[in-house]
Amino acid sequence: MTPSATAPPAAARRSRRRGLTQRLLDTPLADALAGPHNVDHYLELLRPGWAVKRIRGEIVDVRHQNEDSVTLTLRPTVTWPGFLAGQHVEITVEVDGVRHRRCYSPSGSADIRARTIELTVRTHPEGVVSQHLKRNAHVGMFVGLSMPIGDEFVLPRPRPGRIVLISGGSGITPVLAMLRTLTDEGYGGEVVFLHYARTAGDLLYADDLAAVEAAHPNVTVLRAYTRAGQDGDLAGHLTREHLRVALPADRDAAAFVCGPGALVEAVRQIWAEDELTTPLRYEHFAPPELPEIDPDQLGRITFAQSGQAVEATGRSLLEQAEQAGLSPTHGCRMGICQSCKCKLEHGRVRDTLTGDIYGAPGEEIRICVSAAVGDVTLDL
Amino acid sequence: MNPVTTPNETTETPAEATFVPALDPSTPLSPSAPDREASAAARRAARTDAGERRRIDPSRRVADAPLSAVPHLSQDDLDAFGREMERIRAKHVADLGERDATYIRKVIKAQRRLEIGGRIALELGFIPPFWLAGVAALSASKILDNMEIGHNVMHGQYDWMQDEELNGRTFEWDTACPADQWRHSHNYMHHTHTNIVGKDRDVGYGILRMSDDQPWEPYFLGNPVYASLLALLFEYGVALHDLEVEDARYGRWDWKARLPMMQAIWHKVRRQAGKDYLLFPALAGPFFPVVLAGNATANVVRNLWTFSIIFCGHFPDGVEEFTVEETAEETRGGWYVRQLLGSSNLTGGKLFHVMSGNLSFQIEHHLFPDIPAHRYAEISDEVREVCERYGLQYNGGPLPYQLFTVARKIVRLAWPTGAEADAFVASETGGRLAKTVVRTLRGATRAVRAAV
Repeated sequence: MTPSATAPPAAARRSRRRGLTQRLLDTPLADALAGPHNVDHYLELLRPGWAVKRIRGEIVDVRHQNEDSVTLTLRPTVTWPGFLAGQHVEITVEVDGVRHRRCYSPSGSADIRARTIELTVRTHPEGVVSQHLKRNAHVGMFVGLSMPIGDEFVLPRPRPGRIVLISGGSGITPVLAMLRTLTDEGYGGEVVFLHYARTAGDLLYADDLAAVEAAHPNVTVLRAYTRAGQDGDLAGHLTREHLRVALPADRDAAAFVCGPGALVEAVRQIWAEDELTTPLRYEHFAPPELPEIDPDQLGRITFAQSGQAVEATGRSLLEQAEQAGLSPTHGCRMGICQSCKCKLEHGRVRDTLTGDIYGAPGEEIRICVSAAVGDVTLDL
Repeated sequence: MNPVTTPNETTETPAEATFVPALDPSTPLSPSAPDREASAAARRAARTDAGERRRIDPSRRVADAPLSAVPHLSQDDLDAFGREMERIRAKHVADLGERDATYIRKVIKAQRRLEIGGRIALELGFIPPFWLAGVAALSASKILDNMEIGHNVMHGQYDWMQDEELNGRTFEWDTACPADQWRHSHNYMHHTHTNIVGKDRDVGYGILRMSDDQPWEPYFLGNPVYASLLALLFEYGVALHDLEVEDARYGRWDWKARLPMMQAIWHKVRRQAGKDYLLFPALAGPFFPVVLAGNATANVVRNLWTFSIIFCGHFPDGVEEFTVEETAEETRGGWYVRQLLGSSNLTGGKLFHVMSGNLSFQIEHHLFPDIPAHRYAEISDEVREVCERYGLQYNGGPLPYQLFTVARKIVRLAWPTGAEADAFVASETGGRLAKTVVRTLRGATRAVRAAV
């Protein structure tokens, strides 16, 4: 396990193999007996920590590292397959009756012996989920989990001689998972952990980084503070010189960068200009897009499944789909029967009955009473 | 290189925008909702409490009333009524939240407890009190699953929660009817064409004569028998409903086109029966028949209860039926009035409402099928107030009396009036033999009457 500062809390389980009962619950017979519902439907009531199909995680520790973040330690159900450092996971949290889904990268070790998932959630002033977790996350609370997602931003095998991990702000989480995984597995090569924060006070995981650095001579932690007058290992935003320190020679290495768009772009630019051959993998935050929406604007409607696209005319999406030659399932055409519900993949729509503008990716909308506002993609 | 931008840490979306945009009055909207193409100003006015509050004298007569059942309401009145309903709807939609989620979770929890408890008790059913308790718990569980949970969830009442287990399009329920077929026959056919004779197949479910407007034929002599069988086997009746088998009576049933549906029904029935009549009984070993009998009883209890509640929704005295002609040009406002006049409530206590899936508020359910049903009680006060101002009848009564009027109607409509018998003889449908018999009987009655 990682040194004391990063050790999982006492409540974390030691070993989670499926017992006989849980294996019996995952049989066709159990399915038939529980039908038409699934076994998890009942387990949620009897044993919330058990599951046979779904993945859930129980919060076993809550830490507030600073004012605008919260760090959660989750104990997943046995259905959790484990993850690779650098992958992310979608968590489902219920706020005011509505389930919201958000992606976070686990920051804990992906080592097989680490049985918990650690997530650091950066709060946003407008963030429904992050604000809710900051205020209300408590030990014993359950959140839904997806399978781990992503297969690009992960450590290569075999491991190269030097691994450079660059991050900015809360982009620290996936690369910290990599760092912890490497130290856990006894990686013998050089690890450089270059992290950008505004000030020393904004640095997440300060103690954990210090502990890793102290315990592992092959790990170099470079703290760069972008605000002037800070006492860091490096100062200012990323420069070519910073990179030279982290990657003195362009061979037998791998590099990862995760953080704000500007940081990722700066790194990629240097990589391109210097024609570096070290593989660079990057991941940046998709910043929240909050465009001012003109309710009367029209756009392009894309029907993802059929590969068709039409110009929006202001008529209902159902009518537009029909005009495009599709025949979506529908019923009443007046918004009551729900037969025409279809997944909105992208964009916002106007409820033609009330005039409300709504829609988030993945939301199911009634296309007979919705019209496009701007560009819209439908799962049709 | 990582080619994709992966959402990480910051995929927060802002709270939903619920402002009313300034719509151009000429913005084209759905053709089936013409009264909604009112100006943005009118729409905004309708959404505020300062909106119009009409009071209409029920004794007045309007020259071109669109619905014969309400001769005192003009098209404009119907649309105004519709706007008042929309206002109630908007108010409750805006208020959806924690309260509704907590409620449905509580009901689901109760249902699961009852089901698990009932199943265990029935396994020990060789001890008579356990058997009775098991049947009671399992019946209650199935009733909750089918009505307050299944029926309501499948209307999309809880879709806003974004919980995949409570998604109206994917929910499956503990009854013989495949949920997909139910969503078509009920959510679309019945809720769109409520009580339009010839269009709403829930008027008599294709096998009963429940309206004077359905032409009589000798087949309907069996009306009380069919109704009794349907009550006992209601889940199978519901399962077969969307197949429209009644068309076979008129030789126009396309069974080949319905093969996939039949397969789906067979698949669902097999799973349901396998669970209740094979697997759970087998778990009891030598007490197989005891569990089998318990499960069968629970299914029948559920059938009788759901049949009673559902038949009291649209068939008691006082409920109006409509013709295809008078609803051909219907507006959204007309649709609302038809839902009101075509439905009937049941009075009772809180537990009664929960166990009826709040379908005891059939009127509110038909006005607002996708609003969580536990709100219907409070909505009913608002609806009744509007109905009083518009001089609209608001049907309702206690279950036993309503059931009695339904039974009376089933028996009454089995036997034709003289005119209905004559109409049958003159009609193009029906066999020659049947017509001869009816004609002879008609002649005989006339002769007897003349003699007396």
